[in-house]
Amino acid sequence: MKASTTDPLDIEHIRADFPILQREFDGTQLVYLDNAATSQTPEPVIDTIAEYYRTYNANVHRGLHQLSQEASIAYEEAHDRVAEFIGASGGREEIVFTKNTTESMNLVAYAWGLAELGPEDEIVTTQMEHHSSLVTWQQIGKKTGAEVKYIQIDEEGYLDMDHARELITDDTAMVSVAHVSNTLGTINPVSELADIAHDHGAYIFVDGAQSVPHQPVDVEAIDADFFAFSGHKMCGPTGIGVLYGKRELLESMQPYLYGGSMVRKVTYEETTFEELPWKFEAGTPVIGQGIALAAACDYLDEIGLERIQRHEHELAEYAYDRLTAFEDITVYGPPGNDRVGLVSFNLDSVHAHDLSSILNDHAVAIRAGDHCTQPLHDTLGTAASARASFYLYNTREEIDALIEGIDDARELFA
Amino acid sequence: MGLGSDMYRQQILDHYKNPRNYGELEEPTFSHTGENPTCGDTIQIDVVLADDEETIEHIAFSGDGCAISQASASLLTQQLQGMTLTELHELDRDDVIDMLGVEISPMRVKCAVLAEKVAQDGAKIHTGDIEIDTTQTE
Repeated sequence: MKASTTDPLDIEHIRADFPILQREFDGTQLVYLDNAATSQTPEPVIDTIAEYYRTYNANVHRGLHQLSQEASIAYEEAHDRVAEFIGASGGREEIVFTKNTTESMNLVAYAWGLAELGPEDEIVTTQMEHHSSLVTWQQIGKKTGAEVKYIQIDEEGYLDMDHARELITDDTAMVSVAHVSNTLGTINPVSELADIAHDHGAYIFVDGAQSVPHQPVDVEAIDADFFAFSGHKMCGPTGIGVLYGKRELLESMQPYLYGGSMVRKVTYEETTFEELPWKFEAGTPVIGQGIALAAACDYLDEIGLERIQRHEHELAEYAYDRLTAFEDITVYGPPGNDRVGLVSFNLDSVHAHDLSSILNDHAVAIRAGDHCTQPLHDTLGTAASARASFYLYNTREEIDALIEGIDDARELFA
Repeated sequence: MGLGSDMYRQQILDHYKNPRNYGELEEPTFSHTGENPTCGDTIQIDVVLADDEETIEHIAFSGDGCAISQASASLLTQQLQGMTLTELHELDRDDVIDMLGVEISPMRVKCAVLAEKVAQDGAKIHTGDIEIDTTQTE
């Protein structure tokens, strides 16, 4: 029976699903706190991939043999499962499988942006965007002449919504915003931004790479025109990303990649394209990964995203409180009780890369660097930061291990 | 223990905390800067050549960044004192890692070799062999 949405997670039971968490380095058990970069993969998802390759591996859509039929059905149904997971009532026709969030972003930037944007248009995004979005729109701006504008963040790492209302005008064609900041842990008011964008006749693209794995998401409640995320951050495999788009928008767009699978009738002169979503999935698609992503959705739903969110929230608050108790540690982003399960910080006396190397000695895996947000780090006034990010299998004891490692680093560099 | 602790032996920490030849020279024959954009490590190297236009008479560095990049710069300036530009160009990444005397994890090699690359590029710019603004290591 499914647990109630308020029951705490059975961490021991969950950890048993992730064999990698048992790894030891020189006798010390791995403490994996780099989940915002990629999450670990549970047995049911690994089994799903293995079963696909062991029992029904075949190319999809075109084969008439039994294996191809099985693979085709599983692959197509995976789109429906993902649609259900994020509240897309249009089903598979609104779900395009890509290789990652970045490719989803580029698909829209090229298929919609290059066709629709001109020097009279503006793209509004934020100072806290991941390079996947920031670099893509910056380059599309250079190609089309459209101007890219950035909504400022305030001292606490929240979006300045007054500035957002100032920037989003009738000249705005696209608002592109991260649902959750991968560096600050800020949860952005994407529904409110969608309303502002729509009031001005603009579309909104929401980057859900850091939200979909960790909280219930309903793209229709947000009223996102486009929404993207990656499989490997949500217990799924690498090599699969998702683009959700409102059906009429996807229908109006030309394909981004051309080739096999996405065509109906081809002559030497002309080609007609497949229906949604296949017209955006040229070539042999991500079959095994797509089927496994559906299994990851099942896995997360079985446990319950509300419970996962609550668990991570508690961990984030605990980590925030422990880290901010030290005067020589700077924590970036909103207060501990209003952030997702990640904390970026710097220890005054130790560069983030040195800290990460020393933590590695304690078998503690964190991210150190710019987290693909170089301009945001410029705004924060630092080149790099350390980031601990949590998921459903992490514990308070693992945060204690992080703090111990930080203590060691401080001592070593004293 | 893993690679991490080995990287922070006494010599590295000593040179990081008490860098040798740190600062800028007043009238350098050449001065050049470099960075690791993704880490934020920066190094500037100033060199005064002897009258033979070949021997490094004075050398200093300044910069900011992780212990590996800064200690490596400090150690390198000690080693380069009195060496010729020809000898400088003969140095490769293995020499730098030998100089550090510790095992450098693959992801950190770019930090270790930044100072060496900056010194070499600075010399090449001075002799007119290359034209670049800054050096970057990845």
